[in-house]
Amino acid sequence: MEPLLAVAIGILFAAAIYMMLRRSIVKLVIGLMLLSNAANLLIFATAGMTRGAPPLVPQGLTAPEGAVADPLPQALVLTAIVIAFGVLSFAVVLVRRAWEVVRADDLDKMKDTDT
Amino acid sequence: MNPEIALPILIPLMSGAVSLVFWRSRPMQRLVAVGGTVALLLTSVWLLASVSREGILVMHMGGWPAPFGISLVADLLGAIMVVLTGIIGFAVALYSLATAGRGHEAYGYFPLMHLLLAGVAGAFLTGDIFNLYVWFEVMLVASFALLILGSEKPQMEGAIKYVTLNLLSSVIFLIAVGLLYGMVGTLNMADIARRLVMVEEQDMVDALAMMFMVAFGIKAAAFPLFFWLPASYHTPPVAVSALFAGLLTKVGVYALFRVFTLIFHHSPGYTHEILLWGAGLTMLSGVLGAAAQFEFRRILSFHIVSQIGYMILGLALFTPLAIVGGVFYIIHHIIVKTNLFLVSGIVHRLRGSYQLKRLGGFYRSHPWLALLFLIPALSLAGIPPLSGFFAKFIVIRASIEAEAYGVTTIALLVGLLTLYSMIKIWAEVFWKSVPPEGDVDPYPEVRQRELWLMVAPVVGLALCTLFIGLYPAPIHALAEASAAQLLDPQSYIRAVLGAQVEGGP
Repeated sequence: MEPLLAVAIGILFAAAIYMMLRRSIVKLVIGLMLLSNAANLLIFATAGMTRGAPPLVPQGLTAPEGAVADPLPQALVLTAIVIAFGVLSFAVVLVRRAWEVVRADDLDKMKDTDT
Repeated sequence: MNPEIALPILIPLMSGAVSLVFWRSRPMQRLVAVGGTVALLLTSVWLLASVSREGILVMHMGGWPAPFGISLVADLLGAIMVVLTGIIGFAVALYSLATAGRGHEAYGYFPLMHLLLAGVAGAFLTGDIFNLYVWFEVMLVASFALLILGSEKPQMEGAIKYVTLNLLSSVIFLIAVGLLYGMVGTLNMADIARRLVMVEEQDMVDALAMMFMVAFGIKAAAFPLFFWLPASYHTPPVAVSALFAGLLTKVGVYALFRVFTLIFHHSPGYTHEILLWGAGLTMLSGVLGAAAQFEFRRILSFHIVSQIGYMILGLALFTPLAIVGGVFYIIHHIIVKTNLFLVSGIVHRLRGSYQLKRLGGFYRSHPWLALLFLIPALSLAGIPPLSGFFAKFIVIRASIEAEAYGVTTIALLVGLLTLYSMIKIWAEVFWKSVPPEGDVDPYPEVRQRELWLMVAPVVGLALCTLFIGLYPAPIHALAEASAAQLLDPQSYIRAVLGAQVEGGP
């Protein structure tokens, strides 16, 4: 399972960076979306994956029996997803406003503030 | 129980919520802005007082003991940074009363400002690395919205770069946190520091350290990752620029200080050597960028970059004196840089331009403003007896003692070039006569009351600079004590984890 996930994460990162290097700002935002998803999957994978062992405490005990999946990375991923959602929706609105003001979808036409 | 640890985060959050309630009432929002920042300043001073009296203070949120719950930790560096946040927050809130236009206030200028302050204070006080990420995001989202208030074309162009690079750095930070968790199985910074020593693959630790360095380096605007800063900082309303210039990059610097003294301090030959190179190149590229500029705020933006280099230099040398210098430099820089941006705002308000070639004659028409510019400007360049002199003096002395002569040369040269930039602004804006008709924008109307509101914070911050310069002993003692704490990570670990350290993990 892990090697498969590792390859998938790698492909996601590659796609994200490819999209971010394009000149179009819409593709830039798509790249950012892929990037945050890749990061979330990576956190999920690095903390170790345990199959079929939910971290539940059986009735009458105070701790779960045997090895169980670590719930914390999932909490982290959940938080990161929510944050990424908020930030990316801002980015989408920003791209739209930028298009309305600048009338271009090309980063090369947005160099007035650089030098 | 020490409520003052959580209050610097809760007060701005509450003030933000209250000013959201009064969305339509302009006077109430202004009242809450001033009241909230005054309360923040007072509690932060309270926090600093109790931290310097009792040592590192820890608060476990929700009563969960240390490595399981989220801990708020206030050590001296964190407390100093929170006090600076309070000072800058209050100064900028006062200044905004005069400069924030009706349009900005109608779109939530003040609630966003409170949210930004909450994020900054949270980042300084948290003892949990994932929580640090969350506070970074709180701060970033608020800064995104503040940056584009007004929706002008340059703001949009600057914001796209700012947003992209800061999101990229957040993702790198997040990945690093995830990998770190995979390696040590904890998120509490003190616990990480304790367990990381026992990790077998120290090469992996170095690789992780580099990821943190890149993530915080982007936020701190260090070489070669600083290009978003000069592309965006001169575009928003000037009070926002001043707030960003004072606080945001310094959060990155603070995070570097925290992580590279507490967690990744085991192979300084590798990580701190790279930091040293980064520091030198940051100083040089920032100051050279500034030399080519002829716009008031853009020159100042490039100087943020070069000054960040001095702070990182203090960290990179990693001797006790160098850390003292770094902390002293942060204190000095936050006050001075915010002040310079505020002065540029007054100039813009009086003459309607930031372009040096359209300005002039201020020494004749407003001699007091010339004086108010000269204090922070000369302090930035490091002229005695102002605060910048002592900051530079300590850092450079530390680098000579560490026999890092290359970086010492760069630091001295950059000081000289900083003076050149400041003299350029002085000569163009204040000294030369007013440009001929036609080259000058029409002067905007300025009411006396607004001008007073803008001048008051500038005078206050200039007095802080003078105080640090003329009587540096208390600040130096504070920097020294916080450096001692930073160089003794065991005390931090003991304070957070308590007695269970003895038993081992």
